[in-house]
Amino acid sequence: MADSHATTVEHEAHNPALLHHFADAKQQKNAASLGMWLFLVTEIMFFGGMFCVYLVYRLNHFNAFAAASQQLSWKLGMFNTAVLLVSSVTVVLAVKAAEAGKRNQLVFYLVATVLLGLTFLGVKTIEYHDKFVEHYVPGSTFAFDKPFDDNGQQIPVNANEAQLYFSLYFAMTGMHALHMIIGCGLFGVLAVFAWKGRYSPGYFTPIENAGLYWHLVDLIWIYLFPLLYLISRHS
Amino acid sequence: MATEAMAANQAPGSNYLTNGHGIKSWLLTTDHKRIAILYLISVSIFFFLGGLFAMFIRLELLTPQGDLMQADTYNKVFTMHGMIMVFFFLIPVVPAVLGNFLVPLMIGAKDLAFPRINLLSWYLYVIGGTLILHCMLTGGVDTGWTFYTPFSTAFTNTKIIEAGLAAFIAGFSSIFTGLNFIVTIHRMRAPGLTWDRLPLFIWANYATSLIMILGTPVVAITIVLVAVERLFHLGIFDPKLGGDPILFQHLFWFYSHPAVYIMILPSMGVISELITCFSRKRVFGYKFIALSSVAIAVIGFLVWAHHMFVAGISLYAAMIFSFLTFFVGVPSAIKVFNWTATLYRGSISYATPMLYAFGFIGLFTIGGLTGLFLATLGIDVHVTDTYFVVAHFHYVMVGGVLMGYLGGMHFWWPKISGRMYPEGWAKLSALLVFVGFNLTFFPQFILGYVGMPRRYWQYPPEFQVLNVLSTAGASVLAVGYLLPMIYFLWSLRYGPIAEANPWNAAGLEWKTSSPPPTFNFDETPVVTWEAYNYDEIPPKEMEVPVG
Repeated sequence: MADSHATTVEHEAHNPALLHHFADAKQQKNAASLGMWLFLVTEIMFFGGMFCVYLVYRLNHFNAFAAASQQLSWKLGMFNTAVLLVSSVTVVLAVKAAEAGKRNQLVFYLVATVLLGLTFLGVKTIEYHDKFVEHYVPGSTFAFDKPFDDNGQQIPVNANEAQLYFSLYFAMTGMHALHMIIGCGLFGVLAVFAWKGRYSPGYFTPIENAGLYWHLVDLIWIYLFPLLYLISRHS
Repeated sequence: MATEAMAANQAPGSNYLTNGHGIKSWLLTTDHKRIAILYLISVSIFFFLGGLFAMFIRLELLTPQGDLMQADTYNKVFTMHGMIMVFFFLIPVVPAVLGNFLVPLMIGAKDLAFPRINLLSWYLYVIGGTLILHCMLTGGVDTGWTFYTPFSTAFTNTKIIEAGLAAFIAGFSSIFTGLNFIVTIHRMRAPGLTWDRLPLFIWANYATSLIMILGTPVVAITIVLVAVERLFHLGIFDPKLGGDPILFQHLFWFYSHPAVYIMILPSMGVISELITCFSRKRVFGYKFIALSSVAIAVIGFLVWAHHMFVAGISLYAAMIFSFLTFFVGVPSAIKVFNWTATLYRGSISYATPMLYAFGFIGLFTIGGLTGLFLATLGIDVHVTDTYFVVAHFHYVMVGGVLMGYLGGMHFWWPKISGRMYPEGWAKLSALLVFVGFNLTFFPQFILGYVGMPRRYWQYPPEFQVLNVLSTAGASVLAVGYLLPMIYFLWSLRYGPIAEANPWNAAGLEWKTSSPPPTFNFDETPVVTWEAYNYDEIPPKEMEVPVG
């Protein structure tokens, strides 16, 4: 498969990346790209279920959700948002490099994306650790006895309802982090393949599709960050 | 062997069944037709198992007292019946077996767009199925297939997480099938095969696939939340801890109601093919049937809360969902009217597939009309959780889906296997299924109407006569279902060799040999005609296309 007869510009049947059941490379690319978009639709529905649960409970238990949300560190969240936005830029640059056939640039941007993703996960780990130390991890050790808002005011809050908030916080960010881990692995593999010269201006569909996936995971965070960290902070 | 079939092949002796031998050539295949066969085998096993549980239920209900099993066992038995039949039979059966086999053939493609993902979805199905079997053998589940909280999360100590995981994995199998179909139908159609020339079976599978990819992820995340709640003792759906069990029901039925359209739509597609072929007519109102499939998929997403009229939703919400439920009956009715209009002045022949198609129209009409009873708020409150509901959804899901599936299996069996089934036995089984089905489930309408609740292992003695009728019907039904399993296997060896187009039917799938070569067509077909151009097919033109 991987032997690069890419120099032969004869017929598309000689393109090693063209699978037998497609008529030509264009049809194959269109199919792969539509498939990816549909997969993203399923991802949106998957996260959508959790967003729905979050919204309903936020309405039902507004005070507890506001108080619990203020225990998150918006600074770390903001930093991570910036990291993810930059990583989206590196992904775009990677796709552009692939389109132009610049292999070294492509590898560089893919690796940069992985590093940014790992940075995000590192910060997330710190946040999770902090929450663990503060007994905000739902379960038998959960405690919510110091619900102060930013102005040092005590807020009367039902601990069960606060635990509900943190259950959703961990479920949603955890599911998001799982997608980030998969994304990092994916881009790592792509970087190796790119380095071996598998992609050319005529064939870089995997880069493009992985990019779409990465953008969606970013986009989900763009919704998670304000909903979990920011929305209750205005006084 | 199949000499005529060979003649149409460029490489003699190589159809998809003979191209490659040994277990590996099957388990690692990416050929959509072979994957369809893999599905056929595994789906049949689960149908048999689910049927076995149904027989246990009917045997227990033969007498008013609990003599075959006690409440706990009975709960587990009907749960297993429901889970196996819903997740491992009804949802995959028509798309994964007939759809897998036919979608590429009907649109003139060499394969589905993503053959490896297709194989992956079979493996996911098998993994999910193995999990549910393991769960069944090591203690079972007693919540019913609906996993209602907080019973499922806080009270029962049966294997919820394992059963949920099985449904989760099977769900991804169906997501990948749906995704594959949509991309294939968009991107792989033969030249000239425009959207308004597509067979209605393709439209039906397209609509089904939309539901699969939009609905299944929601139930997947709901199951994850239930599992997480159970594992870590959280309160996501537990009212004691601030959660809301009604929210679970909303999320569950957001998928699980459209799931009944996942089941019925592909069968409706089959029926459109059968009715046209055996009345030798163009279908009446092609666009209406095609778009009514899409309409069912869309409106079907807006009716889920009719499962919750007595669960504590607001009266206004109930009224809106009641109205929308009536509304979803419209596209279904359009289909039934168009099928009967197609029959009008057609030259009808009564081959087995057509008998099943007639059976479908009858049973689906009863199932659909009783659905309108249930959509009516007042009546629904009266018959909620009674056998009326049980009878209604069996008429739609078993009467509808299975009639379509069996009709389709008989219709395309010559294409799948290269052999004809024995017509006499097949007609007998069609008759047994129709009679047995009505005998099983019609008494349940009456039982439900006079107040027998579902999901109990005992009942007052005055309900016995109708229950005995129902159990007797189930026995007839079982014979009707076992017969095809036997004679299909028999026909593999002894059935007459099938021609490329034994029914003189119009679809592209009949323009290649039976069984088809691995890449389906020796040359990519170019389509210049409308679907179901039966008025243009001369009565005996059909024989085998010689290459």
